[in-house]
Amino acid sequence: MDFIFVLLVLFVCAALWTVMASSLLLSSIGLAAASALLSVVMFKCGAQLAAVFELSVCAGLISVLFICTVSLTEAMDRKQSREYARERMSRFWPLPAVVILLSFALARLSGKFNFGTFVSFRGEDVRNLLWNVRQLDILGQIIILMVGVFGVVILFREGQKK
Amino acid sequence: MNHSPSALLYLFGTFVLLVTVIGIYCVVVTQNLIRALIGLELLIKAVTLLIVAVGFITGNTGLTQAMVITLIVVEVVIMTVAVGVVIGSHRRSGSLSAKNIANLKG
Repeated sequence: MDFIFVLLVLFVCAALWTVMASSLLLSSIGLAAASALLSVVMFKCGAQLAAVFELSVCAGLISVLFICTVSLTEAMDRKQSREYARERMSRFWPLPAVVILLSFALARLSGKFNFGTFVSFRGEDVRNLLWNVRQLDILGQIIILMVGVFGVVILFREGQKK
Repeated sequence: MNHSPSALLYLFGTFVLLVTVIGIYCVVVTQNLIRALIGLELLIKAVTLLIVAVGFITGNTGLTQAMVITLIVVEVVIMTVAVGVVIGSHRRSGSLSAKNIANLKG
């Protein structure tokens, strides 16, 4: 449990760094790090299959997607970049303070809440659940994927010349 | 460290809340569209952590894994289409500012 606690602290630090980083590229890398840490937490919590999905799709594919997007946009010149960084920091500096204060407040309140009793049971295997019990989910996923594919095709369709 | 289910839920809930605050702050304060998407990603990560934590505490990891896999698929599609919209906006206006979105018609 202590290892999971350390991983969760690192996860929050990575999330904070993702938001505070001045460069979008660094933000994307921070997001990938947060995803990788979350996948380790998932693995330690017994969700191995979901952890593999999180690591390959979220830490891999989505990070590549963000980095490609950043590379497709034009970079600012040095003066613009400096002004933008200064203006951005003026809006983002309260965030670390808010996170630290909230952490201390929640740590002080620890043990004062009782969430009632939990029904603990031995669940079914994820493969059986996914393919046999929740088949509608699979159908929904396929439909959503198709919607995504057609959405991207329409968005990137070149305008027809008259 | 106390390992009762209630304490475990509080521990995970604390970190979920912290990441949610970071994500909401990012989405609300930023004017950069890519950074807003990154904030949205963090919010989805917080939800993922909450689902996994509940599965870990109750012992029903199978169902929660199925839900997380569905969530990841939806997340990828949302991000892909949103990134396409951002690139389209950048092509038209030459900027990634969220203010330009308000100028779009229909």
